[in-house]
Amino acid sequence: MAETRELMLARIREAIAVQHGPELPLPRDYERQGSLSAEARVETLLDRLREYDAQIYEASSENVATTVTNLCRQRQVKSLVVPEGFPAEWLPAFGGMIPEGELDRKPLSEIEAVLTTCTVAIAHTGSLVLRHGPGEGTRRLTLLPDLHICIVREEQVVETVPEAFDALREYVTAPITFISGPSATADIEMTRIRGVHGPRYLDVVLVRG
Amino acid sequence: MSIRVGESASAPSFQQAALALLDDTQLRRNVRHATDVITRKRGLVVGEQADWQALRDAGSAIKRHTLRHLDEYLLQFEQAFTAAGGHVHWATDADEANRIIVGLVKQHGGKEVIKIKTMTSDEIGLNPALEAAGIHPHETDLADMIVQLGADKPSHIVVPALHKNRQQVREIFARAMNLPDLGDRPEDLTAAARRYLREKFLKVKIGVSGANFLIAETGGVCIVESEGNGRMCLTLPEVLVAVAGIEKVIPRFADLEVMLQLLPRSATGERMNPYNSIWTGVHEGDGPREFHLVLLDNGRTKVLANPEARETLHCIRCGACLNTCPVYRQTGGHAYGSIYAGPIGAILTPQLHGMQHSQSLPYASSLCGACYEVCPVKINIPEVLVHLRGKIVEEQSANVESVAMKAMAMVFRSPRRFEAAQRLGRIGQWPFISGGWIRNLPGMLGNWTAVRDLKPMPQQSFREWWKQREKSNG
Ligand code: SF4
Repeated sequence: MAETRELMLARIREAIAVQHGPELPLPRDYERQGSLSAEARVETLLDRLREYDAQIYEASSENVATTVTNLCRQRQVKSLVVPEGFPAEWLPAFGGMIPEGELDRKPLSEIEAVLTTCTVAIAHTGSLVLRHGPGEGTRRLTLLPDLHICIVREEQVVETVPEAFDALREYVTAPITFISGPSATADIEMTRIRGVHGPRYLDVVLVRG
Repeated sequence: MSIRVGESASAPSFQQAALALLDDTQLRRNVRHATDVITRKRGLVVGEQADWQALRDAGSAIKRHTLRHLDEYLLQFEQAFTAAGGHVHWATDADEANRIIVGLVKQHGGKEVIKIKTMTSDEIGLNPALEAAGIHPHETDLADMIVQLGADKPSHIVVPALHKNRQQVREIFARAMNLPDLGDRPEDLTAAARRYLREKFLKVKIGVSGANFLIAETGGVCIVESEGNGRMCLTLPEVLVAVAGIEKVIPRFADLEVMLQLLPRSATGERMNPYNSIWTGVHEGDGPREFHLVLLDNGRTKVLANPEARETLHCIRCGACLNTCPVYRQTGGHAYGSIYAGPIGAILTPQLHGMQHSQSLPYASSLCGACYEVCPVKINIPEVLVHLRGKIVEEQSANVESVAMKAMAMVFRSPRRFEAAQRLGRIGQWPFISGGWIRNLPGMLGNWTAVRDLKPMPQQSFREWWKQREKSNG
C-alpha cells in the first residue's frame, strides 16, 4: 500500500514536470460583498426560500415561541425534537416536545418534526447553513423528521456566498450542511418534486429585531 | 496495470451505437425534453449571475493551479484527513480500488451497502465487483435506482436516467418493488422510492460515496446533492467508504465559495441544490465512526502528463456540456459506450484508456464550441478534441504510412486548419454526392458513411454558424 502511494506520487510528479505556462495569479474578481439594503437582503432570502417551496413565518424575538407553537398546532405535529443548546426562551409550549438528550424514549425516525437554529443564511441562493453547533443539532436530527423548522435571526442573513464562507471561517472543520429548500428531485422528466428522502417540509421562522 | 472505464473497452464505435439509437424515437424525445428543460433553467440562473464570467475564470484558475501542485495538495489533504480520524487509501487503477473497497466492506462483515450517486464507482465497475464478492449494493439516488432496478446503464452524468419518462419509470418500480397499483405521477414515484429505501437507510451499516470536492487545507470532503439520500448515507451508517479521483482536490475551504456557485447553476439550473454536506473526518456522536477515502488514478496521471489536454481534469461533472451538445441531444448517452457521455466523455474516455479504445469518440462532435461556452471551469473541449483526433490519426498513419493520413493529422490538430479544410470540403465533396446524400467517402471517413448516409456539408458549417450567432448576439 505504501508502495502504491509512492508510485502514484511519482507518476503525478513526473506528469506535472511536463511543461507549464508561467504561473499566473488566481483571479478573484467575482462579487464578494453584496450591495442590498438589510431589508432587501431579507426579502430576497424569503423570496428564494418560497421558490423552493419553504413556508415562511415572521416573528419578533418576543413571540418566537408562540409562532412555533401555532405552526405546530396548524400542522398537527405530535412530536418535535429539540437539540441541545436551543434558546430556552424560544421553546414552544407544546406537549410533544422531546429534548435531543432523551431520544432513547422514541426513535428519531418516528419523530415528526425538528426545531433548530442556524449559523448563517444566504439571500442570493436562498440557503440556510448549519454547522451543527449548539441549537442546530447533529446532522441526522435535521434529516429524518419530515418537518424541519429553522429559526433565522435577521442579522444572520448575508447576501452572497463568499460572505457566508467568511462567516464560516471559524468552523472550517465542523460538519456543515447547506439547506436550500426541502429535499427534492428532478430526476423524473426534470420536474422538481418536493421531498424524497430528507424532510418534505421546511418552515422558516424569521426573527426581526 | 489495467485501466478500465466502465465497460467502454468493449463498446461498439460511437457511430455504430448512435445509428441504432437514432431509431429509438421515444428515447430521443425523452432526451430532448430533459436537456431542453435543464438548458432553459441554466440559462435563467446563469443570466442573473452578474459575475458569472469572473466565477468561471476563478474556477478554472483554481483547478489549473491545483493540478500544477497536485502532489503537494494531495499530501496536505492526506495529512489533514488522517489527523481528523480518517484513513486514506491510494489506488492506481480500477481493480486496486475495487479490491480495497470490497476488502473494507468484508472486514466489517457487510452483506450490503448503501450508495450515493458516484460516477467514479461506475467508472471502476464497483457494483459488479461488490456483487462478485456477495455484497449487495443499494443505489439510493432516484435516477441510479431507476437504472439499477431496470438493469439499465446511465446515460447522463448528472441525471443518469434522463432517457426514461415517467411511464417507463413506473413500470420499473412497479415490477421491482412489487407495487402493481403504483401511479405514474412523479410524486407517486418519489414516494415509492422513499418508502422502499427508508428501512435500508436505517439498517445498512456501511455507506459508499464519491466526493465532489476534497479540501486540502482542512482534510474536508464536500458532497452536493438534492434528495437527502446523500445525507442519509453520510450520516447514518457506522462506516463510510468514499472513492474520488485525484483531481477532485481543491486547495482551500474558501475555494468552495466559487465551486458551489458554479456547480448547481450549471448542473441542474438551480441557484443552489437542496443539500451540500461539508465535513472533516470523524465527528464524535455525529455520523460514521470510521471514514475511509480511496484516491484513484485509473489513467488520470496520463491525462495530467499531456499539456495540451490536461485541462480535461478540471471537470466538475456538471453535465452542462452534455445538455447543450447537438450531438448528445440527438443520440443520448448510451451511444458513447462509456459512463462518461457527451463532450466531456468524448475527451475523457479515450484519454483514460490511453487511446487504444474509444477511438471513435473524438469524432462524436461537430466542434461547434457550445460545450466550451457553457463549461463552468472553461475546459476548451473543441481544442482538446481536435488535439486527440490528431493523435489518433498520427497513430494510424504510423501504421499505414499514408501521406493522406498525415495530412489529416495536421489538419485536425489545428481548429483553424480544420475549418479551412471544412470549407474546402464543401467545394471538394461534389464527386461523392448522389441525390443530395453523400454515399461513399474515401479514407477514414468511409467508416462513418458505411453505417450512415451523410447529408452533404451545409454551405455554412455549424461552427461558422455558431460564431456568427455569437457575433450577432453581441
Ligand atoms: S467538461 Fe465542463 S461543462 Fe462538461 S461536465 Fe465537465 S465541468 Fe461540466
